[in-house]
Amino acid sequence: MSGPVQLEDQSKPHLPRGVRLKLDETRNEWMLLAPERVVKTDAIAVEILKRCDGVATLSEIVDDLAATFKADRAIIDRDVRAMLTELATKRMVDL
Amino acid sequence: MNAPVVPPKPAVAAPVGLLAELTHRCPLGCPYCSNPLEMDARADELDTETWLRVFSEAAAAGVLHAHLSGGEPAARHDLLEIVAHCYKVGLYTNLITSGIGLTPEKVKALADAGLDHVQLSIQDAEAKSADKIAGYEGAYAKKQIVAKAVTDNNLPLTVNAVIHRANVTRAGRMVELAVELGARRVEIAHAQYYGWGLVNRAALMPTRAQAEIAIAEVEALKGKYAGTIVIDHVIPDYHAKHPKACMGGWAKRTMNITPKGMALPCHASETIPNLEHWSVRDHSLMDIWSASPAFNAFRGTDWMKEPCRSCERKLIDYGGCRCQALALTGDATEADPVCHLSPHHDKIAAVTEMFADDNAPIPDYVYRRLKATAPVE
Repeated sequence: MSGPVQLEDQSKPHLPRGVRLKLDETRNEWMLLAPERVVKTDAIAVEILKRCDGVATLSEIVDDLAATFKADRAIIDRDVRAMLTELATKRMVDL
Repeated sequence: MNAPVVPPKPAVAAPVGLLAELTHRCPLGCPYCSNPLEMDARADELDTETWLRVFSEAAAAGVLHAHLSGGEPAARHDLLEIVAHCYKVGLYTNLITSGIGLTPEKVKALADAGLDHVQLSIQDAEAKSADKIAGYEGAYAKKQIVAKAVTDNNLPLTVNAVIHRANVTRAGRMVELAVELGARRVEIAHAQYYGWGLVNRAALMPTRAQAEIAIAEVEALKGKYAGTIVIDHVIPDYHAKHPKACMGGWAKRTMNITPKGMALPCHASETIPNLEHWSVRDHSLMDIWSASPAFNAFRGTDWMKEPCRSCERKLIDYGGCRCQALALTGDATEADPVCHLSPHHDKIAAVTEMFADDNAPIPDYVYRRLKATAPVE
């Protein structure tokens, strides 16, 4: 992959090896652990990241979140794209 | 009236990272090595059992990242056992290596044991110069093999490059080399001048003009390679206006353990006189973190004097580097003289003016060695 991140409906986002989500019991927070990075992860981000299994497509993830949380699909779509684009730019999510 | 409520003193926040210097032994002799001038001998190193206890305590205390460093950590015969243990106790495990002593088979075994990330040092983008800086013939070629083994095993690779006079014109090239090697992250860090770096300062310090060109080159590549490689860029503090928040604040985020088990707030803190460090042989990690004199000496801001005490940036840079303050002013409680507000700032300017000629010859390095070799007659 090179150049700016291109997130498509059919992209299958996943956490690469060396990036993992961990429930930090000391701080009682979910943390996204990556090379030299620790990112505090809120409940919404955790729901998104748990669905990034490399099998589900971006549009399936958005469908699932919209159905599970009975939320506006357009808003979810916008938020998921923003988060995954940012994480992919930081090489914390692969597409 | 009710008795005044005395709020409990806030507990010290848990450490996030632990840097384990498993050994000071290393086949390379890089003249800017962050190890101390007086290094621990093999016979004094912690045994396997003690290291495993330290990592268990670290995980229980809230440490998230374990950095296995050295010296060269692969010089320890128990590296695989240590990595497997870190994985078992849930630590994110980062191997900081020269690559020398690692083979593709060993890299695979470490990956299978649960290693999360490898940081590989590369001394220059040109083999001959790289080997000269490392003081090791053939180091550059060996590192290419290790880099491939890391990416072949699907482990994320970071390339660590220290920038100084001999490679300053190739700072941008180092980023490109990291991309070619399949690294997902590269650290471009200008040399720091304490310990070995201070001994070799005349051979290492680039001119201000050289440093500025290198910085601009690397910054420009951040946009070009966004989404391909993360560029972490540590710029030289001798040319800066504000000091760096050393360690992100003293005893705030991380702790270092030396090969013989001393727990340090930063890797150079043993250079500060009268600072009482505790050993993991005698104390638990959490005891050391919360109660050892060395960790409490410069924790927070109570220790500060002017100009730090009233400075609006005191929670941003924490007065800068204590060891650099000591090295250049003789007093570890002074503001880091890199700061333009320090009354000793002229000492930094005097040093940078000493190194103003791009064409001056580079003096020979004093290579980092475990035991100083006798001077040649």
